[in-house]
Amino acid sequence: MMTELRGLYTLWLREIKRFVRDRTRLISSFFQPLLWLVIFGVGFGARFTLPGLSYQQYLFPGIVGQTLLFTSLFMGISVIWDREFGFMKEILVSPVSRFSIFLGKMFGDSTDALMQGTIVFAFGLLLGIPVDPLTFFASLPIMLLITFGLVSLGLTIASFMGSLESFGAVQTFVNLPLFFLSGALFPLSGSGIPDWLRIASMFNPLTYGVDALRSVILGAAWVPLQPLYVNLAVVCVFDAVMIGVGTWAFTRMK
Amino acid sequence: MLNREAEQMSHVIETHKLTKAFNSFRAVDALDITVEHREIFGLLGPNGAGKTTTISMLCTILRPTFGSAKVNGFDIVKEAHKVRKSIGIVFQDPSIDDRLTGRENLYMHANLYGVPASEQKERIAEILKLIELEDRADDLLRTYSGGMRRRLELGRGLIHYPKVLFLDEPTLGLDPQTRDHIWKYIRELKEAQDITVVLTTHYMDEADKLSDRIAIMDHGKIIVLDTPPSLKETLEGDVVMVKAANVEVLSELVGKWLGLEKKRVVDGVLEITVRNGKAVMPRIMELASQNNVYVESLLLREPNLEDVFLHYTGRTIREDSTRELYGMSAAQRRAIR
Repeated sequence: MMTELRGLYTLWLREIKRFVRDRTRLISSFFQPLLWLVIFGVGFGARFTLPGLSYQQYLFPGIVGQTLLFTSLFMGISVIWDREFGFMKEILVSPVSRFSIFLGKMFGDSTDALMQGTIVFAFGLLLGIPVDPLTFFASLPIMLLITFGLVSLGLTIASFMGSLESFGAVQTFVNLPLFFLSGALFPLSGSGIPDWLRIASMFNPLTYGVDALRSVILGAAWVPLQPLYVNLAVVCVFDAVMIGVGTWAFTRMK
Repeated sequence: MLNREAEQMSHVIETHKLTKAFNSFRAVDALDITVEHREIFGLLGPNGAGKTTTISMLCTILRPTFGSAKVNGFDIVKEAHKVRKSIGIVFQDPSIDDRLTGRENLYMHANLYGVPASEQKERIAEILKLIELEDRADDLLRTYSGGMRRRLELGRGLIHYPKVLFLDEPTLGLDPQTRDHIWKYIRELKEAQDITVVLTTHYMDEADKLSDRIAIMDHGKIIVLDTPPSLKETLEGDVVMVKAANVEVLSELVGKWLGLEKKRVVDGVLEITVRNGKAVMPRIMELASQNNVYVESLLLREPNLEDVFLHYTGRTIREDSTRELYGMSAAQRRAIR
């Protein structure tokens, strides 16, 4: 048991060290959310308002969710790198169970994704979106729950992919639909949204994550699609399923 | 009964008809070997002989198709977890994290193998001293040379005090000087620690210099297994080396007139394995001058492992032209890091 925990801890620590040391990845991660919030948010917001909310305020939790989505899925790349450079073998032949190996990597990557999400919060403050410390700390556990399932999804996909190129290709197929169907950019309730779009978005776990983030960040100004506990329950179920699938995917890895 | 049990306990590794088939191709075919405590056991053979597949099964990375094996008394299928805890592996290809420092890589390994936290610092210091990387321990591995990385991998495999260390082509793609260095470490290791080493190689000199016993492997089977001196002795004789203007012609002549068939041409030199070299040498000279073949030099030497290999497999390990390419690609993979 201790061995498993220490193995898990050391794999978690490794992901964080690698992430923090990789300056280019850190810097490039600032860029995309900034573009969305400043250019898209301002340009689109000129024509689009919600009662009691500016578009930028509305968009902000969505972009937090989008950052978590993109970075979490992208984390799967570490599996491909580790295989390419042989390090995966060192991990896989160790006496640590595959479940612990998966969890260690998953927690590590989730922590990395969470750091990126936190950076988006800092942008929010700079752009004048009202975020008090309490809201931030209340958002952290929700963000973490969102990343668990998405990181697991990324790791699972990567464990099936032979090369960097194929991982990149598949990632696009998953990233954008999940993003567009999550309600990050536009409200999913209200007239004018066709049924097919509403229904499709209901099958997207990120919809519930973004809705939960809005409930916490925007407070009373936001009318949620689902009560907070329903949102969190759906996200938790998604996490549990994806952790199971990911562990299975790691078990079959040679 | 008791005696037999005691005898079996002393085998560190024991395989029984160990077989691995990929579709219909048998990479390892009914292997029966035993490895004794504290010996360096060499698996020698060309690429594709089944060496790495054998090691992979013993390390529980691959499941045998048929047969069984025990490592440190644990079954490689039923007690894979216990086998893993008791062995150290140095893979053929690099397997380190180059974005971490040497010390971090070692700590990571210690944690993965459940080395008690209180002992980690001391053991890592001890290993770093052994592999002479103390002064570079806190540099990122991407700044290490190929030989330093290999040394680190070797040291890493020892941190959890394994009873058996598996080395898969430990010096593949390394320059001669670094190879000497690595050999020195392996020999020192065996002196200093209570450890058994199984190594695969296709370098004759490596197998010869390091191994207590060598198993020559080809097409998934052990062809012969013995100590290096005995292997050479089985050839019962000497090797006559003739450098001549037309070695091919001379080779045919000595076959036809002197009945010498154990011969090969290496880099323009005819090498003939004979019982009594001193008696044969004048006959060869005679034959050459009678047939107008100009002999540049004539030498007598002791047989080496290369001759042993030729004797048992009917070909030289050098004929395997992919080998050099393979070594080069491994060297490149190392250099890219």
